[in-house]
Formats: sequence, structure tokens, C-alpha cells
Amino acid sequence: MSSSKPETNIERASASKDMDARVRRASIKGSSRSIGESVIEKCLAASGAASILVTLGIIYTLSAETIAFFAEVSFAEFLLDTEWTPLFSTKHFGIWPLVSGTLITSVAAIAFALPFGLLSAIYLCEYATPKARLFLKPALEVLAGVPTIVYGFFALIVVTPWLQAFVPDLAGFNALAPGLVIGIMITPMIASLSEDALYAVPNTLREASYGLGADKVTTILRVVVPAARSGITASVLLAISRAVGETMIVAIAAGQRPTMTIDPRESVQTMTAFIVQVSMGDTPAGTLEYRTIFAVGSALFLLTFCINLLSQRIARSKYEGVA
Amino acid sequence: MTTSNQSEDVQSGIHIRDLNAGFGDNQVLKNISLDIPPQSVTAVIGPSGCGKSTMVRCLNRMHELVGSAWVNGSVKLGEDDIYGSNVDPVLLRRTVGMVFQKPNPFPHLSIRDNVLSGLKLTGRLVASKADEIVERALVDAALWDEVKDRLDDAGRGLSGGQQQRLCIARSLAVSPDVLLMDEPCSALDPIATAKIEDLIRQLKERYAIVIVTHNMQQAARASDMTAFLLMGELVEFTSTSRLFTQPDDQRTEDYITGKFG
Amino acid sequence: MNAWASEQRSRTGERAFRSLCLFAVLVPLALLGALLFDVALDGLGRIDLDFLRNYPSRKAERAGLLPSLVGTVYLISLTALLAVPLGAGAAVYLEEYGGRTRLSKLVEVNIANLAGVPSVIYGLLGLGIFVRTCGMGRSLLAGACTLALLILPIIIIASREALRNVPKDLRDACYGLGATKWQTTRQVVLPLALPGILTGSILAVSRAIGETAPLIVVGASTYITFLPDGPMSPFSALPIQIFNWVSRPNEAFLENASAGIIVLLVTMLSINAAALVLRARLQARIG
Repeated sequence: MSSSKPETNIERASASKDMDARVRRASIKGSSRSIGESVIEKCLAASGAASILVTLGIIYTLSAETIAFFAEVSFAEFLLDTEWTPLFSTKHFGIWPLVSGTLITSVAAIAFALPFGLLSAIYLCEYATPKARLFLKPALEVLAGVPTIVYGFFALIVVTPWLQAFVPDLAGFNALAPGLVIGIMITPMIASLSEDALYAVPNTLREASYGLGADKVTTILRVVVPAARSGITASVLLAISRAVGETMIVAIAAGQRPTMTIDPRESVQTMTAFIVQVSMGDTPAGTLEYRTIFAVGSALFLLTFCINLLSQRIARSKYEGVA
Repeated sequence: MTTSNQSEDVQSGIHIRDLNAGFGDNQVLKNISLDIPPQSVTAVIGPSGCGKSTMVRCLNRMHELVGSAWVNGSVKLGEDDIYGSNVDPVLLRRTVGMVFQKPNPFPHLSIRDNVLSGLKLTGRLVASKADEIVERALVDAALWDEVKDRLDDAGRGLSGGQQQRLCIARSLAVSPDVLLMDEPCSALDPIATAKIEDLIRQLKERYAIVIVTHNMQQAARASDMTAFLLMGELVEFTSTSRLFTQPDDQRTEDYITGKFG
Repeated sequence: MNAWASEQRSRTGERAFRSLCLFAVLVPLALLGALLFDVALDGLGRIDLDFLRNYPSRKAERAGLLPSLVGTVYLISLTALLAVPLGAGAAVYLEEYGGRTRLSKLVEVNIANLAGVPSVIYGLLGLGIFVRTCGMGRSLLAGACTLALLILPIIIIASREALRNVPKDLRDACYGLGATKWQTTRQVVLPLALPGILTGSILAVSRAIGETAPLIVVGASTYITFLPDGPMSPFSALPIQIFNWVSRPNEAFLENASAGIIVLLVTMLSINAAALVLRARLQARIG
């Protein structure tokens, strides 16, 4: 059935419109870009450049003060001295106590987060019903969204006294409590990213394992998890990086005594907490003490940058065991 | 070929000469030359991957929107080579319209605003003429009767065939000279397809239409001229009736009798 | 009989493992619950109108949140004003104009890296550039600029995601009609991506509310007895005040800290909820 062609003003108008169109057609030459459009594009490009400027800003700020720092303190002392006392009258500038503080708390954090995160991921991927997943996943994300000042409060006021009940000689400020709490905070990172990695393992692998007579636990632990190991490792590295960069939880609960120790029951100070401590005081700009926070900041930046880079590299490599 | 009974024949069709195109190292079109007549329907057929879509996208310079794409050769719209140095592809696309395989009306706009979108987007809408333009375009696209009472409803609430006719109305509202259609019916059911084929037959009185199709019966039903492409080369270009009954080239005969493709 | 026995064993082992995994999910959540419960227990009683209206004081019972609450409001408003247009603009440029060049890949990697930089480093950046080089001093503006840079990568990433979710064939339809890139972006792509961009931005800003370390480095005041009177004024913020109270060994101040935490969490929760509601509303409108 063909649609009717209206013999109306509209058709006559449309015929004349076609003529207009044909006359207009000559202008496929020229330009459609107005000045306004060029200006807008330049503004957007400037915004796009913003992120590069931020990175350059960070590198410049850290480098400028760090170079000035190393004009007064030798590289050797920074790397070899075992004491960090820049604010005392006898000054030592060995970075290791701070690094050791950072490492202890991060290790404690990962010691909690790795098993809890990975097993959570396994539960979410392999066992949870869709309804359970719908509820549990956002619930875990909430853990990541709690402000760190709140976690710091928790570590000092609740966790330390509680731990003191069964850990002998636990100091009021120690590395264990904040480490544990950081672990709680980073568990969702490991859980969520590892779950993605486990989910990405093709079902054919699981079926092959079942077909050979293996039960579910064996399949998960010896087939699925190894197949997802690059994703899982990448997630753990990202979590470590987050733990290393954490500030408030350790600033509140770990103490202000830089010590080189492997005992988490002692009071320690991390790189991040040191920066905050000095910032709260009245250190004038241009002094050596002022420059120390930038030197420590540079070390921190390099450390987290390398861990993140490693994590990205590992995430990119495909998981083994698949044709 | 229908003779035009316009007194002013400004349109003289599309003249393609030595068109080569591809993506990066992959050459898709090889030395295509043909003349598409005005006021008619030209079908482009061929097996998958032969370059039909690419060729049609070269006619409105949308092929080059992909990063690695390249083109050389000449395509003349009347007197003007659309690849000339002072031609703005954006302006070109206001003269050479395109309807895509999957209907793509704007979901956040009403039916009315969808029809007007070509003019609104480019800042050419005269508000007083809006109603007139909407009605004319929807009438021309054979959709007016079905939607005239719900012009303010969302464009996405229509059936597949209606959405495609809405897209056609949208393209017609900017008064193009040429309408390119890249497999416009492949996502639609047979009834919707038949409606659109009817529509195409009516539209050819005012537009040059180029339709890419993998459906040979559709080409036979709806077009005046047919071009057969194989592996990037133009094998044969002649009137539809002739191509489907007495093709010159053996490859054409093999294709239309189903020996491959 | 033997086979049956081993099947029993395996099923018990299976159930034990499954319970272990469920335990792993629930323990962190339970600990969070314990945290919130403890805070509520200590702090709820302390919250009253005076607490919200008073200035800090050396006497815990008389201390209040007013300057830090007001400081947070000003800070967040300024931060959002700076970060959202910049982040959305960057996302639009990278997604719509950037193309697949090596430069744009580099920028993408750069943004991912910036998202992983510790917040205290942003504080150092703010200290060096805004406080010193730009001469803003320890002002509200310096704090806002610092926080804006901190949340910028998050806004860019979320906005790019929202832009990517707009189907490609709608852009094709626009180009096919002869629209320019900006016409396409402004009239079709942005309206459709707006719910995602807004939600992402609001969530990013809500995260900024809880940030403490960068503000300390940039010089937020931990004890302030007046309200900020302009962008160049010294300032405090909720988390800073809480930190100040936590650092005092006095029971009463710890009660204040708990109460402050409740105010902080309620604020963040409200903003997040508002973001979700806004998103649902906008989503319904464009389908």
C-alpha cells in the first residue's frame, strides 16, 4: 500500500524548499567551524593537559626541595644512617627507620587483607548467589569509603586496647593495631579486583577440572586461582601501594618514634606520619627541617610509583594455562 | 532511468573516478569508477567484506572518521569534487544524508525533536517553520499517520521499523540531495522492510538514493541501477533488470545464482 | 563403602571451605559494624545544637564544631567548583577529541598513576605550588585547589566511563546529519552522559570531605576560633577538628571526637544518597 501524497500547501512548499536546497548546495565549500567552536576546543584541550601539568607539578615540587635537601645532607647518610632525628639537636638523616615503620605496618595490613580479601573474592565468585552478591559487594565497598580519620580513631581507641588483652607488651602506640585496621580498609581492593580476575577465568577450565573428577575446593585452589594469579597479584600490589601511602591511621595510632625494628608491638613512625608531624609544627620554609618532608615525600612517591608500575605490568600479562 | 521533469537540473548525479580507499595497510576499494544518476535508486550488492559500506561511506566522507582510514580519487557531486581542498566534510554531510543499519534515533529526544535534530544540531532551525518541517518530513517518510498524535513521546518507544522511518524523516528534514542507506532493513522484520522499500520507491522522485544491501531480492525489487562489488573491485554496473537477467560478467552471474557469497 | 566414606569427607571439607570463605567476607564487615557501634555509643549522646554551634575550646564540654563545619562546607563548594568543570572538560577532550594517538594513551596511563599517588603527596604539591609559589598562604583557596587536584583523576575516570557508555551509533547519526564535533558533543553526547558524570563527581567530592592529610600539610588550622571570611582566610575542616580531639588524651575530648565522626559520616552518607537519587532521576528522564 503506498502512502498518499498530499496535494496541499505542504507539497508545494516542499517543492520550493527543494529549490532552496539546491541553491544552498553550492556551499559545501567553506568552513563549518565558527570562532566559538575553536575557542571551546582550545579550552577543552587545556583541561586535557591539566593532568600532565599535575604530574609535572608533583615532580617539580618534590625535586626542587629534595635537591636542596641533598645539598646539605649526603646521599650516603640518607641511605646508610640508621637513625632519623632531624628535629633533635643531634641530627641524623637516615631514612631507614621511617621506611621500616612503613614496611611493618604495610606487612601487617597485607597479612590481614590478603587472606580475607582473596577468600572473600572466592566466596563472591564461586559460592555466592546473585542476590547475596548484590548485597555483599556494595557492603564491602563501604569499607573502602570510610574516611581514614575514622579508622585512625578506631585503631587507637578500640583495637589497641582490645589487642592489649592478649598480645603481651603491646605499647599504647604500636604498629600492629593500625596495620590491622589498614588491612580492613584495603580488603575490598583485593576482594573486588581478585573477584574480577577469578570471574574472567573461562568456565571451560572449571569444567575440565570437574571432568577429571576433582571436587570444587580442589578446582578453585589448584585451577581457578592459579589461572587468575596475575590479576590477583596486581590487586595485592595495588593494595600494598595504598597501605604504604596511608597517613592518618598511622599518624594517630602508630606513634611518633622512628625506630628500626621488626617488632610490630613497638611504637614506630612511618614516612607519611612524619610528613604530617612536621607540617603540624611551625617549621619555616627554606630550612633543612622543612626540606626533609620533601625528601621523605620523594622517597614515598618513588616507592608507590614503582609498586603501581609493577602492578600494571603484571595485570597486563595474560594469565597462564589458557590456550 | 527516470527522466527528470524538473526545469532546473542542477543535480547531475554523483561521479566517482578511480576511488581507492582502505584502513592502514588494508586496501578495501580498488579503482572504483561509476556514475550514480540523480532521481533514481542505485543498489550496491556483493558478498560480505567486498567494500560496499566503505564505498558508500566515502560518498559522505564518513569513512575518514576512523583513525587509520585513507582515501584517494575523486568523487564529484555535480561540478564539485567532494575531496577538493576547500570542501568541508561537515557541510558536505548536510547535502549527502545517511541512514544506518541499526536504527539510531536519539533516545533523549521526542519524535518531534528527533525529526528536527538535524537542523537544531547545526543551528539552522527557524522556529516558525518547525511544525511544517516536522509534518512534511514525517509524511515523506510514511510515518506521519502513525505518530501524528504523539509527537512529544520519546523517540525510543517506537517499533524497529518505525524507528528506522523516523531516522529517514530526520535525514529528509535537512533537505539533502542524496540519501545514502547502509543496509537499512537488515535489522527489521519483513513487513517493516516492505514498508521501507515502498518508501524508497517514492523518495527517488526527489533524491538520488544509494542503497547498500546484502539481500539480492531487495536490490531487484527496489532499485533502478545495481552495482556489483567483489573484493573491492567494481565488477559490473548496469540497470537492475539487466544485471539480474543477463549479466555481462561471469562472476556476477555466479553471485546472483548463489554459487558463492 | 569406601567410596561413600570419601565422598562424605569431601563434602565436609567442601562445606568447611565454603564457610571459611563466607567468614572471610563477614569478618571485615563485622569489624566495621563494631567500629560504628562504638562511635555511636560514645558520640551520640554528645551531639546537641550547642555542639554544632560552638567554637573549639580548651574545655571539652564547651567545645564545638562550628568553624570546622563551616570550613568544610566552604572548602567542598570551592573544590567542586574547581574540580568538576576541569575534570569533565578533560574527560570530554580525551574521549571525544583525543583519538587513539600515543599521546592520549600516555595521558590515560598518567591519570591512572595519579589516582594511585598517596594523598599526602598532593598535600606537598599544594604546599609547594599553591601555598608558597602562588603565594596563597595557608588559605581556604590553597586547600580547595589541593583537594581539587586530588580528586581530579577520579572525576576524569568516571566521566570518561560515562562518555564511553554513550553508544557510538548516536555520534554517527549526528555526523551523518552534518553536525560538527562540538555540536554533537554538546547536544547529544553530554546530555546522555550527564547522569554518570554528575554521580561520579558527587562521589569524588564526598571523598574529599573525609580527607585530612593533604589539608594538614597545606596548613589547615587545628585550633581556630573564627569563621572563614573569604577564600584567602585561614580555615579548618571537620576531619582536622576530629584529629585534634583524638590527639588529646582526655576522655571528654574523645567523646567529642566520636560525636564529630558521627557528623562527618552522616554528612558523607547524605551526599552519597543524594548522588544516587539524582542519578536515578536523571536516568529516568533520558532512559
